Amino acid sequence: MPERNLTPDISVKFAGISSPNPFWLASAPPTNCGEQVMRAFDAGWGGAVWKTIGDPITNVSSRYSSLDWNGQRMMGLNNIELISDRPLEVNLHEITEVKKRYPRQAVIASLMVESKREAWHLIVQQSEDAGADGLELNFGCPHGMSERGMGSAVGQVPDYAEMITSWVKEKARTPVLVKLTPNITDIRSVARAAKRGGADGLSAINTINSITGIDLDTFIPRPNVDGKSSHGGYCGPAVKPIALNMVQQVQSDPESCLPLSGIGGISDWRDAVEFILLGCGTVQVCTAVMHYGYRIVEDMADGLANWMREKGFATISDFQSLSLARVQDWKHLNLNYKIVARIHEEKCIGCELCYTACWDGAHQCIHLDRVGPNSGRHATPAMRETLSKQSIAMTPIPKLDHTSSSAGKEPYPTPLARIPRVDEAECVGCNLCALVCPVEGCIAMEQVDTHLPSQSWEERTGNPANPARKCD
Amino acid sequence: MSTINTQQVNPELVARFPEIHPPFDEVAAVIEANRCLYCFDAPCIAACPTHIDVPRFIKKIAQNNLRGSALMILDANILGASCSRVCPVDVLCEGACVYHRYNKQPIEIGRLQRHAMDAFFRNGSALAQKAHEQRAGRVACIGAGPASLALAAELRQRGFAVTIFERKPLPGGLNTYGVAEYKLRSSDSLREIEMIRALGVDFRFGAEIGGEAAFAQLEREYDFVFLGIGLGAMHTLKIPGEHLPGVIDALKFIEGYKTGGKLAVGRRVAVVGAGNTAIDAARAAVRLGAEDVQILYRRDEPSMSAFLFEYEHAKEERVKFHWWTQPVAILQSQNHSGIEAIECIRVQAGLNGSLVKLSDSEFRIPCDMVIPAIGQSPLFEFLEACRGVRTENGRIQVDRTTGQTSHPKYFAGGDCVNGGREVVDAVADGKRTALAVAKLLENKHA
Repeated sequence: MPERNLTPDISVKFAGISSPNPFWLASAPPTNCGEQVMRAFDAGWGGAVWKTIGDPITNVSSRYSSLDWNGQRMMGLNNIELISDRPLEVNLHEITEVKKRYPRQAVIASLMVESKREAWHLIVQQSEDAGADGLELNFGCPHGMSERGMGSAVGQVPDYAEMITSWVKEKARTPVLVKLTPNITDIRSVARAAKRGGADGLSAINTINSITGIDLDTFIPRPNVDGKSSHGGYCGPAVKPIALNMVQQVQSDPESCLPLSGIGGISDWRDAVEFILLGCGTVQVCTAVMHYGYRIVEDMADGLANWMREKGFATISDFQSLSLARVQDWKHLNLNYKIVARIHEEKCIGCELCYTACWDGAHQCIHLDRVGPNSGRHATPAMRETLSKQSIAMTPIPKLDHTSSSAGKEPYPTPLARIPRVDEAECVGCNLCALVCPVEGCIAMEQVDTHLPSQSWEERTGNPANPARKCD
Repeated sequence: MSTINTQQVNPELVARFPEIHPPFDEVAAVIEANRCLYCFDAPCIAACPTHIDVPRFIKKIAQNNLRGSALMILDANILGASCSRVCPVDVLCEGACVYHRYNKQPIEIGRLQRHAMDAFFRNGSALAQKAHEQRAGRVACIGAGPASLALAAELRQRGFAVTIFERKPLPGGLNTYGVAEYKLRSSDSLREIEMIRALGVDFRFGAEIGGEAAFAQLEREYDFVFLGIGLGAMHTLKIPGEHLPGVIDALKFIEGYKTGGKLAVGRRVAVVGAGNTAIDAARAAVRLGAEDVQILYRRDEPSMSAFLFEYEHAKEERVKFHWWTQPVAILQSQNHSGIEAIECIRVQAGLNGSLVKLSDSEFRIPCDMVIPAIGQSPLFEFLEACRGVRTENGRIQVDRTTGQTSHPKYFAGGDCVNGGREVVDAVADGKRTALAVAKLLENKHA
């Protein structure tokens, strides 16, 4: 039974770094300077990964572009900003200042310098002398810096990543995190290299190469820099599923598994819980803060604590990794498990989105045949539309329509003719209808007993090495 | 052909009759459009007599294809602009929205339609042609109301010749003369008709058709004749005093302030009847400055033919309702300059629904203006002379799918067929008939 009176402890110790909560700001514009980081800590952030320091660069204007979706802003955000454009000594001085005033919060220095041992030794020394609680090696930045042999140029070559990590570890006294780029065929290859190089933890994922869109009047892709654009790094809610998959991959592989700080589209406490369920020890946030400001952390902490209280989790580690074992290779899934869609008629509003989705996007097993003659053949969506368009409708005028339709005889609020019916024998249990249904709980996917024992593809073919058939 | 004069807008009229459904702001329209679920075989389409593909035109608004949106509306309903303003959407498209059964907030379809149509007219209102060549086949329309306009536009777009005969100086029928100004301005109605005229429809104004000879001539000159004649004058009260100055029927009153520049109104106004036109007249009287407006109806609230939302609007504007009240006389003022009261009695429902007068229940409602609004009568005289076209209770009998009357050369649609419904019903009749007539013309002139 969940303990209702529990006051959950949301503090974490991550790869040796203590933090009052698992919510860190990712290395990005929200952590550009000390003044910002201090305001963030005042708002409740548990840690901040400083905007990457190194040799100062020159940025362009403009720098960001976004993907809006159905009236919602910034479902995805893209940037072509480089690392910090402020002098190194200013950043280091401010790190010292922040740590002096906020000893409980974690300050992580994100680092990127040219691939020379001495250069890395020097910046590690400088950062730790400034008081950083840990170091994050930026092997992920996908734009600009990579053209100069840094960022993802390192993160895409396991040997380089391992070498630089080991250089850093020669010098570092604080925990070393390696930030991974998703712009690679298998993120585990670099995660393993970082582990071999001695990393204490990982951060994943960095941004994904992207072009967000093109201005249809000027034909210039966004963001526009004097008539030209460049690919940038994509982040925000749109990338969360990609990030979760990569987190799972890294955490499921003994050769790459390390304390992991999850990054990628985390916008609220529910996103954070998902990353922790797949093994993350902290989470890092950027886009949601760029969109709404530091204040969002209040509900992240509040929502997390309320959820933990409801579930009876006293600490973060109580639920960390709980979902990890639930992700398996496809060949281990039970082929004899069957669910079918069941429409709860009393909740159906008659939008027929499940009907058109099933006909055009799935398996043609949802029908509109509860009313009217049943010819044994199902009308296609086009036939139904044609029929409706041929119908004759009139504005109902009580005075003229003496035969006022004695409606209200329907068993459900929605006319029976508009409530779809699932042919359960044909339903493959794909979920699509439930996904498109706008009404919560109207279409339930319910298990049906196949009276067959659990059997996976691997078990059926009897050969673990047997390659799966062509996947289409 | 000269263009239709879309009139100078009277600033006082605009000030007194602000629109009850103001246009959407650009951003608000997109937000509202994005709320639409895009139902399949949507109930809003079926509920619309013209079957406008509502989800599709809304999706086009969301995706910034306003011209595509407007053309999709116009393809189904050439009077999409006026319908977006005057349709009783609560009992049509919006009434059918599935959101009534979910979050209880139906999509504002009418205002979205107006948004697309306004953009269309702002940007030159260029219609898409359905056929480029002129085709043999000539059709005459009697009456320039919505039914004839819809038929004419569809046939013209297909290349056939159409002439519309209208006895009034302006086209549009009730759209121009009879719809409350806060719903549809006459100038907006005329702007829409100018678009139809620009297709090449020939309008003959001041042309009263009637009598055997006139019909015979039309039959000689045209392949088919469409009767879009609407209804006739309003019913009279048939009580003493109804011819006194100060008594004016609702349609004349509305026409007077809309297109006749007659903005004077009584101080205390009594409107007789509780239909939608009665409410239009009562609300107009309030806007024109009447201090006290009362509606007298001989039955009760559930029996009135006005839509519920019209009733609610009227109450909001402090129109008072007297139920079970029947006028028996209109009393002249002492100085004979006008009227001073309307005398009424109380009635109640007797057996089989008939009304029974209550004895000694006479009372007077002081007023200086009486507006009868108890419905229009059919154009009996016209219909009797109309080539044996069959009628029933004053309504022309037609085949519902083709609009064809008992006389194969004559078709009909709109109020003269349905007894008096909405603009959108007339448009639907005209459009359906046009499709049937086009087929006949193609066969005839093949």
